[in-house]
Amino acid sequence: MPPTMDMLRFATAGSVDDGKSTLIGRLLFDSKSIFEDQLSAVEAASTAKGDDYVNLALLTDGLRAEREQGITIDVAYRYFATPRRKFIIADTPGHIQYTRNMVTGASTADLAIILVDARKGLVEQSRRHAFLATLLRVPHLVLAVNKMDLVDYSQEVYDEISDEFTRFADKLNVSDLTVIPLSALKGDNIVTRSANMPWYEGPSLLHHLEHVHVSSDRNLIDVRFPVQYVIRPQSSQYPDYRGYAGTVASGTLKAGDEIMVLPSGFTSTIAAVETADGPVAEAFPPMAVTVRLNDEIDISRGDMICRPQNAPKVAQNIDAMICWMADDALRPGRKLAIKHTSRSARAVVKDLEYRLDVNTLHRDPAATELNLNDIGRIRLRTTQPLLCDEYARNRETGGFILIDENTNRTVGAGMITSAD
Amino acid sequence: MSASEYRLTQLQTLEAESIHIIREVVAELERPVLLFSGGKDSIVMLRLAEKAFFPARIPFPVMHVDTGHNFQEVLDFRDRRVSELGVQLIVASVPEALDRGLVSEPPDGTRNRIQTPVLLDALEKYRFTAAFGGARRDEDKARAKERVFSFRDEFGQWDPKNQRPELWNTYNGRIQMGENIRVFPLSNWTELDIWQYVKHEQIALPSIYFAHRREVFDRGGMLYGVHEVCRPKAGEEVFTETVRYRTVGDASLTAAVRSDADTLEAIIDEVASTRITERGATRGDDKFSEAAMEDRKREGYF
Repeated sequence: MPPTMDMLRFATAGSVDDGKSTLIGRLLFDSKSIFEDQLSAVEAASTAKGDDYVNLALLTDGLRAEREQGITIDVAYRYFATPRRKFIIADTPGHIQYTRNMVTGASTADLAIILVDARKGLVEQSRRHAFLATLLRVPHLVLAVNKMDLVDYSQEVYDEISDEFTRFADKLNVSDLTVIPLSALKGDNIVTRSANMPWYEGPSLLHHLEHVHVSSDRNLIDVRFPVQYVIRPQSSQYPDYRGYAGTVASGTLKAGDEIMVLPSGFTSTIAAVETADGPVAEAFPPMAVTVRLNDEIDISRGDMICRPQNAPKVAQNIDAMICWMADDALRPGRKLAIKHTSRSARAVVKDLEYRLDVNTLHRDPAATELNLNDIGRIRLRTTQPLLCDEYARNRETGGFILIDENTNRTVGAGMITSAD
Repeated sequence: MSASEYRLTQLQTLEAESIHIIREVVAELERPVLLFSGGKDSIVMLRLAEKAFFPARIPFPVMHVDTGHNFQEVLDFRDRRVSELGVQLIVASVPEALDRGLVSEPPDGTRNRIQTPVLLDALEKYRFTAAFGGARRDEDKARAKERVFSFRDEFGQWDPKNQRPELWNTYNGRIQMGENIRVFPLSNWTELDIWQYVKHEQIALPSIYFAHRREVFDRGGMLYGVHEVCRPKAGEEVFTETVRYRTVGDASLTAAVRSDADTLEAIIDEVASTRITERGATRGDDKFSEAAMEDRKREGYF
């Protein structure tokens, strides 16, 4: 396995009934990523529970409560690799009471797989998952029409589901959709194209996962470098060294580039972009680097390096879609801590514009609060300006988290729609 | 560079993610410490910490929770590495905790579980607010569910059903007095990634990771090296075998595996083709129950 392969993060959404665990089990098994001792532990646990089949869900349901209740509660991360790619699966539970977990899993995903049962077709849950994946701007969507073996590998059944989903996806602004008929149980169209569905001319699921083009998903245009930490060795070897460490959110940086620092607005040029392994010719996302400038200007954590002609908004009035993740409701007037890139501030909820029904996409402007797992659009006023972009343009500088100042818990995820 | 050239390998991506996490902790939490056992994962983590702050020194101490059941090669390695980096080493000693009555020796003589009170005691004593651990999510199904920033209450406990949601690469490090965050920068690395990185970066490791001749005995299908804290019982025959260690932990609990892999290339080939998980092949401590790791983590284990 070459260390030069790249990486794909994908989220799977669906319930046990849709065959999600079987699908993941199949991908892990066929890529030889399930180990013998894991398999025998699962077999023993299945036997002990009286299951008459090897319940692959026990591989992913890692917590005692999950195994006892036979449900997935939380996001589980699984890993497998083929000679082409390393994969990270964020395995998320499907039910509506776990919307926040799906949102969490989707936040870092390059691709989302939405599973449907071919016998049942699209259900409320499938539409919700598709909506959440697009809300979080997962760039690639796969609709996996599973259990094709139970509908006699019928092209008509597949076409009907595919057409209906495509019509729905058009409303959601899905950038890349692939529909694949498969049987996770029988292995049809998982690793290789199935002989049972000669009418299907697309790729197998694994082939698609291995080849889907993700490097162009990144924003290489807008230079955004949130300063995470200032490195000042103050040692005899480096008495005057001052470097700004951070992770490139978007755009590219190289020595000689003219830059502007926000919120101060001071300008300078880049002296060097460095790592511990030496200078780099050009830094791009998601590299973690250290930037040195040609002028001594006051820069600290939370500031943002960008280009003079291409800057993010410097804004304290933030409109955002929110996924609320706490038991106590969010109402206008609530004060919260906000963390956005490397910047922390406080925020007050000025207005709840509407709550969204995640199943019907209906907007309810009369809503007065957002409850656990609700999604809605709010307006915030922050104590300090955020250096931000619209989430649709920039996932890194458009997303933020809300934190309860009393409990310190993360209570909301926000995606900026506009800012001024 | 054209757009298609702006690509990172999986190792570069993982390295960048880990460095981001380590910097974030130092920026947000006042007193971090890095848990360093001298095992390969904590060695890689320490290397990443070195890179994260270059050319400055690592701005936090390292701590070894020492069960007293050590492989000498690993202790020697630990001391050498710490002095190279010029970082402070704190040893939280289980034997010392036994002497002062903080913990008592379990009847079976294994010290895995009594490490937890010793760790918690040391975190409290030095008022550490964050502790970096080298755990990976591919190691265990409870770990597969754990956050990168994993909140611990004032008793050091993990509450798996009440974890903070973790989105994008935005981490919530807020705590109150007495609480702390366990941070796992290697969450998304697999055993194979670790080995490939060790090779790529030419990172030195303790010699026991490489194939060598050792006196061993078979206990429950696992090969244990004969050690002052791990002696054969009656009926357990001692023989010499070519083995290596896949994990390095408490010498009374960590088994060796039969292996001829005496180079990094050979180890990578072996890891890529093995059909048994790392902990399953080498750790007596995880076999007690299906939820052994979850239970220990709830109590405050690494």
